[in-house]
Amino acid sequence: MMKRQTAGAVLSVAFAAALGAASAGAQQNFDDVAVQTLQVRDDIYMLVGAGGNITVQTGGDGVLMVDTQYAPLSDRILAAIGELSDEPIRYIVNTHHHGDHTGGNANLRLAGATVAGGNMLGAITDSGVGAQIVAHENVLFRLSSATGDQAVSSDGWPTTTFFGDKKQLFFNGEGIEVIHLPAAHTDGDSIVFFRRSDVISAGDVFNTTIYPVIDMQAGGTVQGIIGALDKIVDLIVPVYGQDGGTLVIPGHGRLSNLGDVLNFREMVIVIRDRVQHMIDEGMSLEQVKAAQPSRDYDPRYGASGGFWTTEDFIEAVYRSLSEQE
Amino acid sequence: MIDVSRAGMAGLLLAVVATATSGAASAQANFAGVWSATYAEDWPDRIPGPELGDYAGLPLNDANRMRAQSWSASILSLPHYQCRVHPSDYANSFADIRMWEEIDTDTQELIAIRIQHFAWNTVRTIWMDGRPHPPEFAEHTSMGFSTGEWVGRTLKVTTTHLKEGWLRRNGVARSDRATVTEHFIRHGNHLTWSVFVQDPLYLEEPFFRNRDYTLSETGRIGAYPCESVIEVLLPEGYFPHYLPGQNEFLIEYAVNHAIPFEAAMGGAETMYPEYVDELEQLPPPSAE
Ligand SMILES: [Zn+2]
Repeated sequence: MMKRQTAGAVLSVAFAAALGAASAGAQQNFDDVAVQTLQVRDDIYMLVGAGGNITVQTGGDGVLMVDTQYAPLSDRILAAIGELSDEPIRYIVNTHHHGDHTGGNANLRLAGATVAGGNMLGAITDSGVGAQIVAHENVLFRLSSATGDQAVSSDGWPTTTFFGDKKQLFFNGEGIEVIHLPAAHTDGDSIVFFRRSDVISAGDVFNTTIYPVIDMQAGGTVQGIIGALDKIVDLIVPVYGQDGGTLVIPGHGRLSNLGDVLNFREMVIVIRDRVQHMIDEGMSLEQVKAAQPSRDYDPRYGASGGFWTTEDFIEAVYRSLSEQE
Repeated sequence: MIDVSRAGMAGLLLAVVATATSGAASAQANFAGVWSATYAEDWPDRIPGPELGDYAGLPLNDANRMRAQSWSASILSLPHYQCRVHPSDYANSFADIRMWEEIDTDTQELIAIRIQHFAWNTVRTIWMDGRPHPPEFAEHTSMGFSTGEWVGRTLKVTTTHLKEGWLRRNGVARSDRATVTEHFIRHGNHLTWSVFVQDPLYLEEPFFRNRDYTLSETGRIGAYPCESVIEVLLPEGYFPHYLPGQNEFLIEYAVNHAIPFEAAMGGAETMYPEYVDELEQLPPPSAE
């Protein structure tokens, strides 16, 4: 228990510095960040700036967006969305609570407007003053319980939470599923599946840049990451082989298809199996790190510095597997 | 004097006729047609397929060697991998291709050259209209994003935005950060297609491969349907691979061909003729 808490504290410092808290974003210099737009489908766009990728769905009902990057980028994000639609932002969906995905929540929510009318108007206290923020209930729990210099303004908290497997919306003529994936990157992860557009916005359970970040202090596990990737693979129907069909917008990195998700999944499973084998052989965490069980994938996903190093990943895998009962 | 001027006039006249009829004053080659692969080179590697544990002559680095040694052929039983197409930089190892031109019919400008490969009927596009490559965060595919330019009559193609692929279909990886440069050279009815792979993650030195084709007067590309099936019920979160040190098949190639194991494991030095001297110093393979 003690060991676990100590390791958790170290991890939390790393996250606070890099992606955990909205305040961390304020310390970063965003002056040179341009928000770029990539059209993914007729009505779906990927916005790339700093922090997690944003997904934008447009249509006659308004704008729905997934994640909000950092607060200092909100004006640039609004300008980019303004190029795509004249309608207000109606929904913001958060894939999880980290500041690089929720830092712009308050700004972008207040720039939007909730769909409300008739007898709804009096029933929704904030109707008209901002967009709804939809997320798994653990996102609200983590954003509202952050304290000190990591505290998040209540304007940026989710206004509509859910528990259980998923929440469904119908917006801009298509069914949208916000699907909760337990204990993966955090304990509040959701992917957003646009059923007609055939696009999945994956949040940080999938990225194309580094080893999967497993925030164990916020309830993440390697088993949950693999489960989440299995779920995404299940939802994808390719055109042929591993190309085309359902497209996946990762939490970080490039627009992806089935092959990319499978390559990432292979990597996590192979390393998980190697670490599990070493645990079965009685090896300590230090021995496992020294054995470099991810050596073949390190050129692609590894890092020796920064907020999520190869050693951080190996440690999270080791601890996830050691702690499972 | 008179003869010279006549010859000059005749030459000028010919040039005018040629320009007026075909417009082919440029040095571009036309690759349209069905080309049949010739297998004079690297036959065992191409149609029968490479043996397990044969990385000889590949400039792979340590990380890639570990990838390859962990690779299990059982992945071919997984539904999502059964119809996985060969990446564009590997596909020319076998089978026939059809090439055709996409032309702006008003201006007669060449917009793109397309190549359909018999294997999985993949189609790739080589953009010839000067468009830029997309940003890095755009989708990567098995075919990649290709642009072409003319170097004399040679077509030089640069490809980026490739998904992860392979250099040999026995587990040797080619990363999604690779850049591929190809040259298509036509000599009459003969086509040479060279592939030059630069992979900063998985190669010690660039990898070069040459393939040859002959123009087929009656060639056709057959259909290539592929449908995945569940062959074995597998648990969730499963992917077949060998743990380090547990792949008992790795030694087979070295033993069967009496090649030192170290040489079979490849690396940049195994590409060069001088390596033969070193080969003689290495211990013979042992199945132990
Ligand atoms: Zn995150």
